[in-house]
Amino acid sequence: MTTAAPAATKRNRAAGLLGRHPVGMILAAPYAVYLAVIFAYPFGFSVWMSFHDYFFAAPGAVVDHPFVGLDNYKAALTDPAVGQAFKNIVIFLVINVPLTTGLALVLAVALNRVVHARTFLRVSFYVPYVTASVAVVGVWLFLFNSGGLVNSLLGPLAPDPSWLVNEGWAMPVIAFFVTWKQLGFFILLYLAALQNVPNALYEQASVDGANGWQKFWSVTVPAVRSSTALVVILALITGANLFTEPYLLTGGGGPNGASASPVLIMYQRGIQQGEPDFAAALGVILVLGTLVVAYINRRFIEGRD
Amino acid sequence: MKRTLPAALLALSLAVVAGCDGSGGGGDADQANAATGPITIWLSNNQEELAWGKAMVESWNGQHADQKITAQEIPAGKSSEEVIGAAITAGNAPCLIWNTAPAAIPQFQKQGGLVALDSFDGGAQYIADRTGDTAEQYKSPDGKFYQLPWKSNPVRIIYNKDIFAKAGLDPEKPALATYDEFLTAARKIKSSGAAQAAIYPAPSSEFFQSWFDFYPLFAAETDGNQLVKDNKAQFNTPQGQAVAGFWKTLYDEGLAPKEMYNGDSFADKKAAMAIVGPWAIKVYGDKVKWGTVPVPTSTGKPADQIKTFSDAKNVAMYSACQNRATAWEVIKFATSQEQDGKLLDATGQMPLRKDLQTAYPDYFSKNAAYTPFAEQAARTVEVPNVPNSVAIWQAFRDAYSESVIFGKTPVADAFTGAAEKVDQLASGS
Repeated sequence: MTTAAPAATKRNRAAGLLGRHPVGMILAAPYAVYLAVIFAYPFGFSVWMSFHDYFFAAPGAVVDHPFVGLDNYKAALTDPAVGQAFKNIVIFLVINVPLTTGLALVLAVALNRVVHARTFLRVSFYVPYVTASVAVVGVWLFLFNSGGLVNSLLGPLAPDPSWLVNEGWAMPVIAFFVTWKQLGFFILLYLAALQNVPNALYEQASVDGANGWQKFWSVTVPAVRSSTALVVILALITGANLFTEPYLLTGGGGPNGASASPVLIMYQRGIQQGEPDFAAALGVILVLGTLVVAYINRRFIEGRD
Repeated sequence: MKRTLPAALLALSLAVVAGCDGSGGGGDADQANAATGPITIWLSNNQEELAWGKAMVESWNGQHADQKITAQEIPAGKSSEEVIGAAITAGNAPCLIWNTAPAAIPQFQKQGGLVALDSFDGGAQYIADRTGDTAEQYKSPDGKFYQLPWKSNPVRIIYNKDIFAKAGLDPEKPALATYDEFLTAARKIKSSGAAQAAIYPAPSSEFFQSWFDFYPLFAAETDGNQLVKDNKAQFNTPQGQAVAGFWKTLYDEGLAPKEMYNGDSFADKKAAMAIVGPWAIKVYGDKVKWGTVPVPTSTGKPADQIKTFSDAKNVAMYSACQNRATAWEVIKFATSQEQDGKLLDATGQMPLRKDLQTAYPDYFSKNAAYTPFAEQAARTVEVPNVPNSVAIWQAFRDAYSESVIFGKTPVADAFTGAAEKVDQLASGS
């Protein structure tokens, strides 16, 4: 008895630490370690950097990193280029998120019903998603430059200056580009969700006299609501991380900063100009902003907190 | 548990970070300076430079079995400077890099990533003897050389003779010396339909693009001023605004396009002129019938007085190097008159030597096309070696894009704002 009690206590402690499913915890451990090393540590480091005067130095170099409080945040929030970049991202999200969600759902429903050439069509929508941005950007440069295909088709209706050097059009063109490029992935999410909508619901709606539109609006849309929440959040994160397109398609956020994104500015200031403390503060602001918008989205779309 | 685990991980990572401030103990610099042995070097990925580098390494290794060089191309990245910056931080930079951009030197120096070449016996003297007065531009604010001026690509105007003839301009001796003459020629090219653009510098926002539009003309107009001098911006002056006004006219009249060209506009014959260094001779050689003139000035200065941007790439020694005595000997070997001649022969780029034309008379007599660039190499202006160099160029580029290319703000206002920012950055704050 005297030895059994401590053994039981140890077991209870182990069970308390590992939970009711210790094997599950062990299986999840590698991913938890991965998250800790690849995500949590760098994120923690960047939070620390954002409160210090920091620059990257060679090992062994004696450098001071004094605590500077909120100075980096003040510098980021009062920088006109940062303000412009956040405005640009709002324009991007206002165009990209509804367009992505709407088009992906409509096309997924259409693809779910199509009988002939189904695989061909699904692959066609998916190809841009798996193609390297650098290659696709080259094609869009040819399409949207002043002598490109789009302007040739539009003739006198083409904007002047042309799309990618027009302050009013540069960001919308990037939003359309990203919508087109990411669409295949979001269609796939909706297609998966549509497989779980019971046919009985559509049959019941037909018995009640619903037409095609009413079935789509009253059955399909509510049935894939959780997927819609996921699509919106993922599209939001894509927008918040926007970098390649302003870097390549509009030559570094041009014209005149009209397509610069916060991540592009983080790259310019943190890597090119050697101010990782400023870039870290901007990154933290961006993460907080994304979390707030994602939370609002969750409340509205999923209807819970 | 769901919320406490991430919080715990965050707290742990913060604690780990707080414990490492990156200022651990370092090696003994004096000991490293005296040490000999194998070293690693990085070379540019330009095929001709790479071929020269491999031959140079082979030649050295044949004579120094105990101090062999291992050479490789600079690893791929968005730019060489970013890769080198990351290598400095990681502590795995090679001993020498044969493609260090002068604009990146202040940042690498601030990172503690460079070795002052003055710390070797006769280091500063070797640089001065090889490069002459031009070497002064490569000194850091502390008066030391953290780079050896290696080779330049002094930029000039190159023009397409066929397009000029089609536009009714003299293809052999075109009048392009003054801004007025240049603009008249540009208007003729455009109105005749001989080319889509008179000239097509990249109108994008990257910090280095001003080196190939504003800066060469600014160097010429000011007889050799750098963008920043004595920690003060030099571009918000009548000369700087004259250069900006010249480019603004080209953009406003559609003679220079405002959108990026996806390719090489000069090689594709979309532009009649370009601003290039001698590297272009091999690239355009047979594809385009070309001629070259110095960059224009407002008053049409004589060609032999015109200065321009050097577009130099240099050699730097990195602090991760353990066998620095060997590295210093390799620098001297690879920048000797013999090796510089081989570099010139292989690449057409100009070694930064004070005696360039007299040192290689055979080369220039056989390759007359390179002679104007060699003459120009004696009159080059480098980017200023000041703190926050890249941030300064970005601030200037933003103001230039806003006012000159896109015309959203008057040039005077944009340059005044940029000059205030640049003054602050150049002072190190």
